[in-house]
Amino acid sequence: MENEVTVTIRIGGESGEGTISGGDILALAAARWGYYVYTFRTFPAEILGGPCMFQVGISNKPVKSMGDYADVLICLNKEAYDRNIDDLHHGGVLIYDPSDFTPETGDCITYAIPFNEIARKEIQLFQTKNMVMLGAISGLFGPPLEAIVQVVESKLSKSRKANATLMEKNLLALEAAKKYVLEKLSKHDPYVLGPVEKADRVVLNGNQALVAGALAAQCRFFAGYPITPASDIMEGMAKELPAVGGTFLQAEDEMAALASVLGASYGGVRAMTATSGPGFSLMTELIGLSSMAELPAVIVDAQRAGPSTGMPTKMEQSDLSFALHAGHGDTPRMIVAPADVKDCYELIILAFNMAERYQIPVLFLTDQSLTARVESVDSDIFKPLPLQNRTEFDTHATNGTNGKTLVGAAATSNEYARYAYTASGISPISTPGTGAVAYVATGLEHNEQGHPDYEPEDHTAMMEKRFRKLDTATEELPQPQLYGDEDATIGLIGWGSTEGTIQEAVDRARARGYKAAALHLKILSPLPDRTIRDFIHSVQKVIVPECNYSGQLANLLGAKYGLQAIRVNKFGGIPFTAGEILRAIEEVS
Amino acid sequence: MTQMVINPTPKDYKSDVKPTWCPGCGDFGVLNATYRGLAGLKLAPDQTVVVSGIGCSSRFPHFMKTFGFHSVHGRALPVAQGLKLARPDLTVVAVGGDGDFFSIGAGHLIHAALRNIDITVVVMDNEIYGLTKGQTSPTSPQGHVTKSTPYGLLASQFNPVATLLSLNVSFVARGYSAKPKELGALIEQGIMHKGFSFIHALSPCPTFFHTFDAWDASVTLIPADHNTSDRAQAVALAMETEKQYIGLFYKEDRPTMNDAAHQLAERARPFDIEQYIKRYT
Repeated sequence: MENEVTVTIRIGGESGEGTISGGDILALAAARWGYYVYTFRTFPAEILGGPCMFQVGISNKPVKSMGDYADVLICLNKEAYDRNIDDLHHGGVLIYDPSDFTPETGDCITYAIPFNEIARKEIQLFQTKNMVMLGAISGLFGPPLEAIVQVVESKLSKSRKANATLMEKNLLALEAAKKYVLEKLSKHDPYVLGPVEKADRVVLNGNQALVAGALAAQCRFFAGYPITPASDIMEGMAKELPAVGGTFLQAEDEMAALASVLGASYGGVRAMTATSGPGFSLMTELIGLSSMAELPAVIVDAQRAGPSTGMPTKMEQSDLSFALHAGHGDTPRMIVAPADVKDCYELIILAFNMAERYQIPVLFLTDQSLTARVESVDSDIFKPLPLQNRTEFDTHATNGTNGKTLVGAAATSNEYARYAYTASGISPISTPGTGAVAYVATGLEHNEQGHPDYEPEDHTAMMEKRFRKLDTATEELPQPQLYGDEDATIGLIGWGSTEGTIQEAVDRARARGYKAAALHLKILSPLPDRTIRDFIHSVQKVIVPECNYSGQLANLLGAKYGLQAIRVNKFGGIPFTAGEILRAIEEVS
Repeated sequence: MTQMVINPTPKDYKSDVKPTWCPGCGDFGVLNATYRGLAGLKLAPDQTVVVSGIGCSSRFPHFMKTFGFHSVHGRALPVAQGLKLARPDLTVVAVGGDGDFFSIGAGHLIHAALRNIDITVVVMDNEIYGLTKGQTSPTSPQGHVTKSTPYGLLASQFNPVATLLSLNVSFVARGYSAKPKELGALIEQGIMHKGFSFIHALSPCPTFFHTFDAWDASVTLIPADHNTSDRAQAVALAMETEKQYIGLFYKEDRPTMNDAAHQLAERARPFDIEQYIKRYT
């Protein structure tokens, strides 16, 4: 087996000067060159100005987390140095422009490269500064310049401003920087990204995979309102839906977005909306309606740091409690949370299947870091998956509902029990169209026929019927898999985008002799009761790492299973590193 | 729009659910006018959806034999638009009251008007909140004393027809519940019109704001010589304070958003994930 080669490169700079786009190009080039990549970025909500950071883990083995420290740190200004130097690995590489600042002497390897001068004087176009940086990276570590040029070319040709001069300047910048490092610097660090076998992989972020999954799930209506970090889901659907016969609406607000989705769903069309915390708050009345009228809907909440407007471009897992309870009254809903880019594809399809099968709102809780996280994923993940349809009412089973005598068909509609009490809780639904039996979908409490009904027995029976669907689903839905030691003494329970980081911490703990295992929940409503109970009982201590203040999953597990979890919370807007979780494991052992 | 093969009567659209409205409520007249309008068009109940929000008048879908969607307060229009965009083959009618459309749902009304999606909107306006038992509404007259404005309403009165005309709505009409035949004809025309059709239906409340006599006196047919393509003239009629004109104010044929959206879809092909994902190699 070949040795693992992993280089984690961080670029720190100012928003608007190409830091993030330069990082994206690097990640894509490395991935196309044959490496696995995993990116993390943080940037301000403002369009221009403010510190931003891009980090990419590049490895010949799958990358599970963003890495505890950077091996290579490129600082495009003094502030980037001040902010990031503590996250550079001991003995790592610091690259800077001596015209910006002089670093303190430390235990790192330093390369001084005049980015500004090369861009300004040699290329005479300051915007090429990020190309100068990429050329230097290529010269020092790899990947080869050709891989970078390919990506730059494909990015530029997509842009409306594509022009030969700019491309020419970019090429010059890349080459000048590479020449500079080869001629003027003597490499004395161990980081080399050599040739690697190419594999059949695709490189994309969470939101891109989510859009692909929604389209594969036959989602054919989308309504949304712009909000960071969910807007590119909306933009993706706006672009792609017409090509597959679907329709799109940019709604005037999030209430209208979800209401339109319910309208489309009533018409039998698979429909979705995507938002973030503030928009999700506005949608709650419609979540109640979706649940009460039993209309399928998929609602993506790309979580960001709250409360209120919070930190729109920062990561947090703090909408779980809200997602569990959003809406007045007792409102059954289902919740799915993806852990990685692959999940954004596979689990959004599961979310659609759940919405259709159980005629219920399904909330899909991704988060800011995952929306933008670029990963290399094996291409064969992206294949058609089985789709489940809603159970349609069979008109042929009803007298007088022949499609030709339409008034006659409607005449029997009072007999059609749209909300029939069934053992599973799932009642056959009718969709408007020729020969269909009409009914009224309503947010009022209703009887089996859908007529308003406030009788105590009926409300009781209808509440039980709606909640019965969760029990049915608990039996039918996939169970989470244990990761780590079967005989673990320390257990970790997590949810959402932290899975890879937790698994890496478990790996490292086991390598140090600890007995550890992790259970990662991807369906948070209904919870896989049996698996969770068994896991809790099988270990001595349970750690629940979450990127939120209050320990929302720990609270849920405490309320449901009486679990006194060891809470590990991080809520600065940045995800966990594996090292932080490893420390928690070591501390409780 | 799908029609039936047989000749229906208004009764054929009436469900067995008894209306919950007070005796004498104007909404009965609007309901009858709607039965009439649908029968006149021979609309197939299985391909017609009546959408509403919350309020006295929003119980409407339950009294119809068509498909119905009784949604939440203020959101009838977004529901109706989503449905029509996704299912352009269906006839979609949105109904409700002045509170629903002009207060809590007012934000939606503006954008629905601008989009020109082919739905018909019937707003039953009684200038009062009935279901919550008598608070002021956006269409209540200035100075009006209600339970929530014990010292008189301080805000100006909302003028629905003039507002909708200013929003470039392609079909604007007003009817009166006491004249169900005329109102039924307007509903028929509204459904026939390809585009966003707005019908302001004066529908008095016998319990909380008795306007029957005043409206009987003020309601006047739009002059026969009114040019329904002249928006400025229509606005002038709508701004009239002494008379409340009923009839068709304005009509214009122009492309609908649902047609435009589905024109794109004509070149649609089935989704192929294995092809699609190649863009990320």
